[in-house]
Amino acid sequence: MESLVPENLTASFPWLTALVVVAALGAVALWCLPRGARGRVREIALGVSLVNVGLLVGAFTQFDTSKAGVHQLYEQYAWIPQIGTSYAVGVDGLGLALVALGVGLVPIVILAAWREQGDDVERLRHYLALVLLTAAFMTLIFAARDVFLFYVVFEAMLIPIYFMIGAFGGPQRRGAAVKFLLFSLAGGLVMLVAVIALFLQGPGGAEGFLTANLTGLALTTNVERLLFVGFFLAFAIKAPMFPVHTWLPDAAQQAPAGTSTLLVGVLDKVGTFGMLTLCIPLFPSASAWAAPTIVVLAVVSVIYGALLALGQKDLMRLIAYTSVSHFGVMILGIFAFSQTSIAGASFYMLGHGLATGLLFLTAGMVIARHPQRSQRIADFGGLQRTTPIIAGIFLLGGLATLSLPGLAPFVGEIMVLIGAFGAYPAAVIVSAVVVVLAALYILLTYQRMFTGPEQEHLTGLPDMVGREKWVVAPLVAALLVLGFYPRPALDLVEAPADVTVSTIALEGSAS
Amino acid sequence: MTPLIAAAPQFVQPEIWWTWLAPYLLVLGAAVVGVLVEAFVAPRARRSTQLTLALVALLGAAGWNVWLWVDQFAPTEFKAIALVNGSLMVSYFTLALQTVILVVAALALLVVADRSRGADDFAPTAAAIPGSDYEELARTKGLQQTEIYPLFLFAVGGMMLFPAAGNLLTMFIALEILSLPLYVMSGMARHRRLLSQEASLKYFLLGAFSSAFFLMGMALVYGYAGTINLWAITNGHALQVPEALVGGRPLLVMGVVMLLVGVLFKVGAVPFHQWTPDVYQGAPTSITGFMAACTKAAAFGAVIRIVVWFAPFIGLDLHEEIQVTIVIVAIASMLLGSVLGVVQHDVKRLLAYSSIAHAGFVLVAVAGVLPYDGQTFVFPMNSAVIFYLLAYGLATVGAFAVVRLVRESQGRGADAVTLGEATHLSQWAGLGRRSPFLAVAFSVFLLSFAGIPLTAGFIGKFTAFKVAVDGGLWWLAVLAVLCSAIAVFFYVRIIVLMFFVDPAADDTEPEPAREVVAVGALGATSDAPVGTPLAGEPEAGVGLRLSDELRRTSGGVTVLKGSVGSRVAIAVAMVGTLLLGVLPGPVLDLLEKTVNFLP
Repeated sequence: MESLVPENLTASFPWLTALVVVAALGAVALWCLPRGARGRVREIALGVSLVNVGLLVGAFTQFDTSKAGVHQLYEQYAWIPQIGTSYAVGVDGLGLALVALGVGLVPIVILAAWREQGDDVERLRHYLALVLLTAAFMTLIFAARDVFLFYVVFEAMLIPIYFMIGAFGGPQRRGAAVKFLLFSLAGGLVMLVAVIALFLQGPGGAEGFLTANLTGLALTTNVERLLFVGFFLAFAIKAPMFPVHTWLPDAAQQAPAGTSTLLVGVLDKVGTFGMLTLCIPLFPSASAWAAPTIVVLAVVSVIYGALLALGQKDLMRLIAYTSVSHFGVMILGIFAFSQTSIAGASFYMLGHGLATGLLFLTAGMVIARHPQRSQRIADFGGLQRTTPIIAGIFLLGGLATLSLPGLAPFVGEIMVLIGAFGAYPAAVIVSAVVVVLAALYILLTYQRMFTGPEQEHLTGLPDMVGREKWVVAPLVAALLVLGFYPRPALDLVEAPADVTVSTIALEGSAS
Repeated sequence: MTPLIAAAPQFVQPEIWWTWLAPYLLVLGAAVVGVLVEAFVAPRARRSTQLTLALVALLGAAGWNVWLWVDQFAPTEFKAIALVNGSLMVSYFTLALQTVILVVAALALLVVADRSRGADDFAPTAAAIPGSDYEELARTKGLQQTEIYPLFLFAVGGMMLFPAAGNLLTMFIALEILSLPLYVMSGMARHRRLLSQEASLKYFLLGAFSSAFFLMGMALVYGYAGTINLWAITNGHALQVPEALVGGRPLLVMGVVMLLVGVLFKVGAVPFHQWTPDVYQGAPTSITGFMAACTKAAAFGAVIRIVVWFAPFIGLDLHEEIQVTIVIVAIASMLLGSVLGVVQHDVKRLLAYSSIAHAGFVLVAVAGVLPYDGQTFVFPMNSAVIFYLLAYGLATVGAFAVVRLVRESQGRGADAVTLGEATHLSQWAGLGRRSPFLAVAFSVFLLSFAGIPLTAGFIGKFTAFKVAVDGGLWWLAVLAVLCSAIAVFFYVRIIVLMFFVDPAADDTEPEPAREVVAVGALGATSDAPVGTPLAGEPEAGVGLRLSDELRRTSGGVTVLKGSVGSRVAIAVAMVGTLLLGVLPGPVLDLLEKTVNFLP
């Protein structure tokens, strides 16, 4: 068993902690900003997020890609030794990739929110502070190597998101925020029981919550299955997977585009990330036991999300439902347990984050141009002529989400489908057909909104301005680069996938 | 000084008794001096004298306790120090819990003492008939009822004795010492005085009822064991069970259950909770905060004492009966508190139901008591319960301190008159914009009640539920978690109201609310009969529909600044709640000492 839990490589400089601390201090600074300096909140927030990008580059230079399956940049301090928790952070290739996705999206979201609150700098200040706080939690959760720390961040993260939806969203935002919170909390609390129960099964002591100390426990079958379900439920809600996905469309519809980008692009990945880094390594045989059921639910998610997306009248809800469908593909890849499918699912998490982010942000730009800020697809038409750049980028984002070859999500999706075919051919065939059909919902939407006769009230809208180009440019570039040259990112996620597969395989041979 | 009465041979007799009795004497002595201050000090200087005296007594006793803990406590094999022939038994548990009570009480005192403009909670003379000319005269003369300070100290003295009681009679006396001043203080609200007096009477009658239960239980236990000393009952049994008593076991079971009824009443656990919402709502809000936080802490000290001294010992073998009782009460409290909390529209009643639920959560830890294996004393619940009570106490005192600053008002500008608290939830809409500090502080307290990570409440729930799981009651922990999830709904609803709902426009002239009779006499609006739900139907998601009528009354809401003292109390409670949530290590470390000792 020891061979599966390789020694962590300790960090020479606390890169990960620095990423967390800088973002959190940035949020606090924005809240405490003296009245005179409040005109510059945007610049300060953007500056903080760019410092973080710099730190991220530093972290990459210290990360040894040839050992991507090992947790690196590792730091560990006693936090509350009385209940066995440590502050332990470290990332393997997958963790680093997701940290990078989060850190990279933050400046883009800040830039996209530049004019979102009009001239109300006060509101913007609170919004940007919440974005930075969320950024701190995002880094921490993908780096947490202590189950308790992971849980704490998992729950604490809900608070800024809750305010970001509930205070800054559309007309039904309060209901959406409460629904989001209650769903997530319900999952989280069930996970809490599992966390405590898992701790009691482990070695205990002052470091009893370290993920490494809880891996490879000899659990009885029933206990392991119960614990697995406890963890999985929380992640399935987060991911979100059918039938516990219903909070997402509401949240995405009501939240501002930037919030949806972070929420769907990064935070929902906590669900799939948790399945990969906690559910499977901690409970390998229960994972194998549950896999067929989960695969069925995943395929249902794929079909269900796609069908509902087809029927949506609201642009943001549509994007949310496409994500439900795509998360189904990721979960299918994870629980097919082949190296290719897991690496593919990991890569797809990145690609999907970029593609959905681009789609949400571009949709946000379109909506901001509507005189009534309508989100209804039917309220648009013929925008291709007035705003050709937006139309083009929207189409690109749409095609990326449906995995057009040459764009990043394609690589992940094809790997999932190939990797999963051996174990679940029927599921793969169904998913592949649905994914192809999914072209409909993007193309039909594009057709309704951007082609055809121009609607009267939409004439003379401005096309993408300079700032907005900066918002989409990095995303487009990343989608193209990873689409044509995915190797560097694959190097990061393949080794962790190997570790996961060998965990399952070892368990299979032992039992 | 001759030693009082020789302690039983099992207990090491401390050399200087007064050292150990000093904290009680300090607090109760200060209370007695406080009564004299009423008689001999000029009215103008009374309040400051009383306040200084009370604060010095509370903090002095707390400091003394710390010194005892650090320097004086020499654990014996029975791990408790018996004073006055075992009437009092002091252990690490006692010292820790007393210190928690004293510190929280000191914070509560700062809130009680708030007499800043419009923020006085207490009637000018509580004896005046509501609405009478005499009352009006007292009000215009600016009289103050400074007797609350000695009353407060007497109550604290009783609370300190509660977890120190070594025999049932001391416990009963402690119960009465802490209760009687509370009955009086509950009836002293400045606004809505009828409601307050009703609360006081209800509290008194039901409290007397529960005292009677306690006494009956004591009689039954005495009838069985022939003694009321805890150590004599349990240790006598550990050695041998007299033949004659074997058949009397039902007597003992009945007795212990009745004792539990008496103390669980003070805790406010279901089914002994009926007084809680009415008394919490009617009592002056600063007293409610004190009562909710400190009484609960003290009473849990007594609950644990009874449970641990009767449950785990082999000779008595009451483990199963007591555990079943506690489990049933815990489940009922959690469910009822959480579910009924959802439908409350009054902040004080909502916090009352929340306190019922919290009583249930603490009982979940208490239920995890393990049978004594005959070799080692291990009581993991000791530390968990004390931590929970500290977390809950801080948040409660802070929350009620915020509640009392949100007031209804009448008139505008310089003529504005502050009335009673604006406790209807709809009046809290938009507090986040009106008064960000209070709204943020209140949110922190609510999140701590809800048990969200990075607040003290989370660590409290975590340690408490862990004890239950350790004790084999994992299903109870699951139930507790589900109840927490229900309770989150109503805490979050208030946060939604404060931050996401726009306040009714301030520029509309607030209509003089219909119930206003005389300012300062009957108090302000919403004197609706207790229990009558005010308008406001749940709306999907948020839960409160602001009907036009309520919007109108919410036009007249002002937020007082409060005195420096009460703002300090709120800030300390907030910082403490966050600090205990992020870095609870040192406190848990200290409390760890209580685990291996009898409470």
